[in-house]
Amino acid sequence: MKYSSEYRDADAAQGYAHEIRRITKHPWTIMEICGGQTHAIVKFGLDELLPKEIELVHGPGCPVCVTPLELIDKAVQIAGRKDVIFCSFGDMLRVPGSEVDLFGIKARGGDVRILYSPLDALKIAKENPTKEVVFFAVGFETTAPAHAMAVYMAKQQGIKNFSVLVSHVLVPPAMEAILGSETNRVQGFLAAGHVCAIMGYDEYIPIAAKYKVPIVVTGFEPLDILQGICMCVAQLEEGRYTVENQYTRAVTEGGNHPAQHYIKEVFRVVNRKWRGIGEIGASGLGLRPEYAEFDAELRFDVSGYTAEESPLCISGLIMQGQKKPHECSAFGKQCTPEKPLGAPMVSNEGACAAYYRYRRAELAAGAALTSVGADGYAAISAAPAAGAKGKA
Amino acid sequence: MSAIKDFTLTCPLPITDYPTVTLAHGGGGKLMHQLIEKMILPAFQSPLLETRHDGAVFSLGGARLAFTTDSYVVNPLFFPGGDIGSLAINGTVNDLSMCGARPFYLSCGLILEEGLPMETLWAVVQSLKQAAEAAGVQLVTGDTKVVDRGKGDGVFINTAGVGLVEHDLTIAPSSVKAGDVVLLSGDVGRHGIAIMAMRQGLEFESQIESDCAPLNGAVQALIDGKVQVHCLRDLTRGGLGTTLIEIAEATGLQIMIDEKKIPVRDDVAGACEVLGFDPLYLANEGRMIVFVPESEVAHALELLRKSPHTAGAVEIGRVTEKRGGLVKMKSRIGTTRIIDMLSGEQLPRIC
Repeated sequence: MKYSSEYRDADAAQGYAHEIRRITKHPWTIMEICGGQTHAIVKFGLDELLPKEIELVHGPGCPVCVTPLELIDKAVQIAGRKDVIFCSFGDMLRVPGSEVDLFGIKARGGDVRILYSPLDALKIAKENPTKEVVFFAVGFETTAPAHAMAVYMAKQQGIKNFSVLVSHVLVPPAMEAILGSETNRVQGFLAAGHVCAIMGYDEYIPIAAKYKVPIVVTGFEPLDILQGICMCVAQLEEGRYTVENQYTRAVTEGGNHPAQHYIKEVFRVVNRKWRGIGEIGASGLGLRPEYAEFDAELRFDVSGYTAEESPLCISGLIMQGQKKPHECSAFGKQCTPEKPLGAPMVSNEGACAAYYRYRRAELAAGAALTSVGADGYAAISAAPAAGAKGKA
Repeated sequence: MSAIKDFTLTCPLPITDYPTVTLAHGGGGKLMHQLIEKMILPAFQSPLLETRHDGAVFSLGGARLAFTTDSYVVNPLFFPGGDIGSLAINGTVNDLSMCGARPFYLSCGLILEEGLPMETLWAVVQSLKQAAEAAGVQLVTGDTKVVDRGKGDGVFINTAGVGLVEHDLTIAPSSVKAGDVVLLSGDVGRHGIAIMAMRQGLEFESQIESDCAPLNGAVQALIDGKVQVHCLRDLTRGGLGTTLIEIAEATGLQIMIDEKKIPVRDDVAGACEVLGFDPLYLANEGRMIVFVPESEVAHALELLRKSPHTAGAVEIGRVTEKRGGLVKMKSRIGTTRIIDMLSGEQLPRIC
């Protein structure tokens, strides 16, 4: 297949794996930001190809996982109304709310539809003038332009029965929150290629400098990820900490300017709560006051919702790279894809789902995962020079 | 009142996780299997049902018969490469074929929604007729019901079928042995993408047509060719991945497949990349896997490749000695991973 199989070539993958083994002299902990990368790593077993010194930890870049529980509850509340057609990306439908998920609302008679584009929701709004059409606008910088465009067009075209339930989050503030934490173990990052395709990577340059961490903008195919790891390890071993771009076929330093224009036109930066992590200042997008009429939270008066997470779920620690999914006591027991406690067990991009789907048998058999476990932690704590690199 | 109380005590609701049926209960994944295991199998307790094959095989009046039924609820009714009519014939013909039976007679129940254009119904009936002729089966009994507008999706069809088992092989998961080779009859995922493209209005450079086809000709060729077939299974809703897991779990053995050997057409692979789908879990309506001993592989492939609907047959893996009821796959880059059963249908990803 054109432009895909080229990035899954066994010989080239072994070549990169060999090069990583050759240059690795010290133990390093590297976080891939994006859940799409996490799934590629686990699905293709890329960590099996790495030397034991390299530990990959999984970042918060799963939009489904970080959407706060109370927002799911609000979505459920709105979707259950008889006058509403509730539209969402498919991934969100199985995410558990406090009592029920959106699939449950659909089964109870709610009009919940899976769409591929928020612009389709505008079409549905035009075709159903007596209904309120709500789009669940979640995601990182990647989905923000399409959501912005839908709201912008709704305003231009005077579509009154359309609104968005917004829970947009931004990558750089989350990286800073992880790096600024006292318990941080991350020494290098693979930045999310698709986020950077929109935003460019100039905003990562001050982060790399401030925290002295290499950041490599990385794609999603097996060879992209192996090359990204190789570039990151090379910087770590050489004591460099700059932003490098592995994903040059999609990402430029300045990013996609028209997309950024529409994001700025419709959204402003706001504080956001991240599921399992808590509130991070200036870490999300909300509608500008000029577009407040399209805010579903205001239109349906669902403000003031609060919800309690399951005390068993450690998704916050997992998404900050402090724990691995199988280190959770509920993993595969109280928490499975059929009966998830937290969103990372549901999502196509969630780390827990990836471990459950591809690794369950090995984990159950007690076989040690490559680059995971007590040895990895001991190695890092025993190497203060290396460990100190990740700190400010 | 006391009778009801007694009933509740002795027959507790077997599925308490979900107060209502969700779409995932029909998605061919884990929840559907749970529904069958916890509710359906215990309720009827039949050794024939317990084989969990595509149909029941039994002796009656001196003949060995296979009997099966399936319901068809596809939206849209017409799609590239097929329609609900051809699906309803081929699906049931294939279920009988997977029992190693020669399909003979089918029933057809039509559930029609008030307001369905007569022209649409006529097109479906014509398609049923043509597909039955192409598969060499006769539609000999039927039923028609009409439901209120809004209570159906145009047309629902149920077909049941009877076939004759004319050999003494036991074609079932219980016959699968360590060392058996897994053959796949052609490329996977086309039906799933064809339906998805129609539903979502997605357009690709070339039209992706469903693989909907009858497999009885190919199965008959294997049987006439005296191939020692151990097991046959057509790939339907849950795709190749789910079907392999069903067999692995039924046998308790491990199946090892090679990703590089699984044919996926370029346009299907491209659509999967865009939508975030795994072709292993996409629906098929004209593909099967065949388990044969290693000594039979060359002969079986030769016969399959001569048959029009299985011309793309290939070897994709084998059953290993290891226990555990698992399916593992050697990836393109040489690593190994588990193939897991999905909970329900695949959901398109966010980004």
